[in-house]
Amino acid sequence: MGGVLRKLGSMAIDGVWQLGFIARFFWLILRYSGQSFTRLHLTLRELYFSGVMSLLIILVSGLFVGLVLGLQGYETLQRYGASDSLGTLVALSLVRELGPVVAGLLFASRAGSAVTAEIGLMKVTEQLKAMDMMAVSPIARVVAPRFWGGVISMPLLAALFSAMGVFGGWLIGVVFIGVDNGAFWSQMQAAVDFRYDVLNGVIKSAVFGVAVALIAVFEGYDCVPTAEGVSRAITRTVVSSALAILAIDFVMTSFMFRGL
Amino acid sequence: MSRTTLDLWVGVFVAMGIAALLFLALKVGSISGSDIQSPYTLSARFDNIGGLKARAPVKSAGVLVGRVSEIRYDNEHFQAEVVFTVDGRYKFPTDTFANILTSGLLGEQYLGLDPGGEEKTLAPGDVIKKTQSAVVLEKLISQFMFNKAAEGEPAPAK
Repeated sequence: MGGVLRKLGSMAIDGVWQLGFIARFFWLILRYSGQSFTRLHLTLRELYFSGVMSLLIILVSGLFVGLVLGLQGYETLQRYGASDSLGTLVALSLVRELGPVVAGLLFASRAGSAVTAEIGLMKVTEQLKAMDMMAVSPIARVVAPRFWGGVISMPLLAALFSAMGVFGGWLIGVVFIGVDNGAFWSQMQAAVDFRYDVLNGVIKSAVFGVAVALIAVFEGYDCVPTAEGVSRAITRTVVSSALAILAIDFVMTSFMFRGL
Repeated sequence: MSRTTLDLWVGVFVAMGIAALLFLALKVGSISGSDIQSPYTLSARFDNIGGLKARAPVKSAGVLVGRVSEIRYDNEHFQAEVVFTVDGRYKFPTDTFANILTSGLLGEQYLGLDPGGEEKTLAPGDVIKKTQSAVVLEKLISQFMFNKAAEGEPAPAK
């Protein structure tokens, strides 16, 4: 009994300690951001690696998600004779939920894991320590650019995902099945509100960007400097990013869309 | 990779992202749909609001002129009080009718304003007195059934 309680206590202390460490790390990144922005090409480079390189997977996944939504949505809507609302269904589910969430999950596994691996390997080969010795802050030189690269690219990728998905839904609904083109767009435009739906989706994806980028750089910086430690850190990045995205999504959705 | 090609790709990426956002804003959603300028608030009391919800459209002659902002229960009159905002460009006479209508057979419900002939217009905060409640399908059907039953009854009595 005492052993179980002791274990519970140590888990709680570890959890709180970890949380505090992440918070302080986040603060440190923000503090060194100005310094790292003076060498903007570092951030641009990371924007290239996490944003541009993720383009293909995001666009292709968005297209397929849109195609599936079009097919499944039509299947259900035509039972009620409401197949004209296909555009509404596709656009709302993408802009509000699927765009930010699925793009965030893909981004965490495509770019977040790469960032963790990179920083972890730098730690293993003691490059971070070497920078410190040369009075170059590794936070400003390595961590902050990767963090901002992720934060900036995430909303853009989510928007591209949603746009591609709407295109996919249009392709299936209008081009293949034959839903009326005018009804598809006009019903969509009548139902999707810019502030309520689109802007809230963008806010969601920006928050996911911060969460994923912070977890990725933190796990890399915090990893045990061995081959095994790096591999574990990468696994943790993907798992905790996915959990964080889904949990934050639920909380934000319940605040943003109460249906009232 | 050289600096210029990297810059080019990042530029292409950011431009694509912004284009996607614009597409979502203009083509998928409609900014103009929520473009209510300098709104003012009016309210109306109904015996029954049916399925009217906050954020439902307020239309006059079929044109969107505002949105329902709040629905609350008025415990003094035992009625529903619907508060809605109207675009400042549009003024309505004081004898305007407020109806709860349904778009299509199964569509969402909205607030319809039928302007009257009065010269004075409603000021911000005013309450519309002339209202017509939502049509409740069950009541309509039961009325119809009773009428049918009443029509049928006298025949055997003859």
